[in-house]
Amino acid sequence: MTAPGNPHGPGRPIRPFRLLAKTLILFVLANLGFATANPSGLGRISAYNLLVPGRERFPFGENSGQFYNLSLYDVDAMFASHVLSAGSKPADQYRVLILGDSSVWGLLLKPEDTVAGLLNTDHLAVCGKPARFYNLGYPTISLVKDLMILDQAADYQPDLILWFTTLQAFPLSTQLASPVVANNAPRVRDLIARYHLGLDPNNPAFPPESFWSQTIIGRRRDLADLVRLQLYGVMWAATGVDQVYPASFTPAQRDFEPDASFNGSSGPTLQPSQLAFGVLAAGQLAAGKVPILLVNEPILMSSGKNSDIRYNLFYPRWAYDQYRLMLSQFAKQIGWPYLDVWDTVPASEFTNSPIHLTVQGESILAEEVSEAIHSQPCS
Amino acid sequence: MTLSQILIGGAVALACGTLLPPRSRVYSFLAASVLAVFWFQPALPLRGLDFWLPVATLTLSIFGWLFTVPVSSRREAQNWVAAAIVLGLILLLGLTRYLNLEPILTASRPPQFEPILGLVAAVGVAFFSLTRSRGKSFAGLWLLTAALLAVFVVLKTPALGIAASAGVRAVTGQPTNLAAVSDLQWLGFSYIAFRMIHTFRDRQSGRLPDVSLAEYVTYVIFFPSLTAGPIDRIERFIQDLRHPVALGQEGWLAAGRRLVTGMFKKFVLADSLALIALNGTNATQVRSAGWAWVLLYAYAFQIYLDFSGYTDIAIGVGRLMGIQLPENFNAPYLKSNLALFWNSWHMSLTQWFRSYFFNPLTRALRSRKNAIPVGAIVFVSQISTMLLIGLWHGISTNFVLWGLWHGIGLFLQNRWSELTRRPISAWARSSPRRTFLEVIGVLVTFHYVALGWAFFALPTPSLTLAFLRRLAGVP
Repeated sequence: MTAPGNPHGPGRPIRPFRLLAKTLILFVLANLGFATANPSGLGRISAYNLLVPGRERFPFGENSGQFYNLSLYDVDAMFASHVLSAGSKPADQYRVLILGDSSVWGLLLKPEDTVAGLLNTDHLAVCGKPARFYNLGYPTISLVKDLMILDQAADYQPDLILWFTTLQAFPLSTQLASPVVANNAPRVRDLIARYHLGLDPNNPAFPPESFWSQTIIGRRRDLADLVRLQLYGVMWAATGVDQVYPASFTPAQRDFEPDASFNGSSGPTLQPSQLAFGVLAAGQLAAGKVPILLVNEPILMSSGKNSDIRYNLFYPRWAYDQYRLMLSQFAKQIGWPYLDVWDTVPASEFTNSPIHLTVQGESILAEEVSEAIHSQPCS
Repeated sequence: MTLSQILIGGAVALACGTLLPPRSRVYSFLAASVLAVFWFQPALPLRGLDFWLPVATLTLSIFGWLFTVPVSSRREAQNWVAAAIVLGLILLLGLTRYLNLEPILTASRPPQFEPILGLVAAVGVAFFSLTRSRGKSFAGLWLLTAALLAVFVVLKTPALGIAASAGVRAVTGQPTNLAAVSDLQWLGFSYIAFRMIHTFRDRQSGRLPDVSLAEYVTYVIFFPSLTAGPIDRIERFIQDLRHPVALGQEGWLAAGRRLVTGMFKKFVLADSLALIALNGTNATQVRSAGWAWVLLYAYAFQIYLDFSGYTDIAIGVGRLMGIQLPENFNAPYLKSNLALFWNSWHMSLTQWFRSYFFNPLTRALRSRKNAIPVGAIVFVSQISTMLLIGLWHGISTNFVLWGLWHGIGLFLQNRWSELTRRPISAWARSSPRRTFLEVIGVLVTFHYVALGWAFFALPTPSLTLAFLRRLAGVP
């Protein structure tokens, strides 16, 4: 039987089941081919900085429909969507990259109200060049996450790196718990091997990998996220919105139980062997000759119930005080300039967490950072 | 409809259309559609309502048939079989309440069985009585039409919807302060109501063919077109039902092509565009005129691809069952004037309004003793028709404004065409000039329609006005 309108010719019968079988075979082959080729650079293909402006901070968020942002694990795509990837570095630019957690990324803050945004607004000149600050913070607390970002960011020719950190980023036991770390197992294993981080490359936090997980079907979520990230670029360009700014929020806790524990320990000694100073030190290798200014970020100092035991929900006093001492000694040992601004922001300028600041709080911080940068020698 | 519902529906359609003998085909279509009415119904916060609304759909369909069928045809045995299938399936689905499983084919656990049994018994008794009744049923038809329109108005009017939801909540003992319009999401009611009203009007005018209960209910709730149309005509539908279009190799390919195209349009293109399409939130956030146009264009293509994608899926699934559903879209954004656009956008709905409102109204106005100028007739009939089409989508100021926008557009285009037909014909003798006019016409029409979507997509006139100002670059 001949189907009319058959494009293959009037004599060629169309066999639907054969057509279906061929389609299925092609689909299977495409999946196998994709898994075999394992294309790792897909995330670098981006509409950002080409069709739409790059984002001022990494993509992050869960409620995508409301604020045109999403969390994804593809570090290449995160960088490709960032304004840092917009062309090559201008010759007269003093480029400063800021690493850190959600306080640097700026939860509840507009991009221009973060520490990077405020420093850019000040139009600082450093070492005779106009300074441009790039927000490379990401809202999970882990030094391995920071190192992973620094490792890639070093390719962007920074002149200075500001590494904001806090004690919560140090426990070895939680280094790989951040989803963006756990879902970048090959990248993190490479860091562990290259920098001898002393972490378990087979940590159960890494999801098991299989050939199936590398197929189009297995990576459908990642691929869909890449497409959605590009589409949300249109909305980012159109609105400048990248997170929800609620009219009200639950303020950070000020009153506490009489609990002196930190990371499962009640003290009185903070064990350096349980902290990831090795990861911090690896930052020096990752940064190469680029100077790193280490910043111990501001924390909420509560005056509420049991505040003689705890500074805030995160930190008992005994642990945090020892940590500050260790961090300053570490900076001295490794030769990094160090800025300890832990108590510079009043308690009234914290928002929903012991490390999240109001715009006023960010301004205080930005002033401190600005002074510290200007006090650095020019190389 | 979700992707899995479409794929399973397609498989069921194929099985019903190809594997079953012709005699049982209508009953299988009926049973599949009855089950689909429950399966497609979204879960609702009002206790038991996501079960009772499908029951109401089926009950209305049965009474719709009773009031439209000739008295002589009511008692035929085949109608008892159809009634038994519909009512039996309701009872069976009600009994799934007692299975210790997740809800099967219902959005949530069915309500207590006793009221279901009571309602089914009541419908059965009414069915028995009415099949024996020898009275004419025009009063019943008017009553049912009024009931359908009343429910339609409640569902489409936010304030009434909230009030109705609060009423139901009071009955079920749920908090009335949480009442919302979305509590009353009645799957496919707009389409079901318009199909039934079409049969009522045709019955009153003597044009309705004699159909069995199975054919009538299947027509009203035919599952491929249940959620998003098209609104077929019953005389055309039952022709296919009685003499299905042979599937054959060409049919396979045509059905497959429509299904794949529809799913690609809906789940790839439309769902992607939905992320950047105009809505009540981003309309207030957009920072420049250029980006505002991008959002508006995205909405224009998203709504087209979403709706026409569903139509493609419905036509593809229908084709697998041997039913050739009517087309709903014919490249509407490539039309060079607004009248042509409305001849190719949601064609089955515009055809419905043309048949049951526009044409009768125009005839009535023309046949008045006191002659009305042609321009006035065109104005009144086009504005009122488009207003009604706007209200069909929802009873709100913005839908009224959207209807007015198109009504005025159609009127102006009609008058403009009358005025300029001769000079334009004289000017556009060469092919390049005709092409030029065609391209200009397409661009103007598309942008007129796209601007109209601002009324459709946004919830309030003030927001729409602010957005239109943004489009014009006015801060």
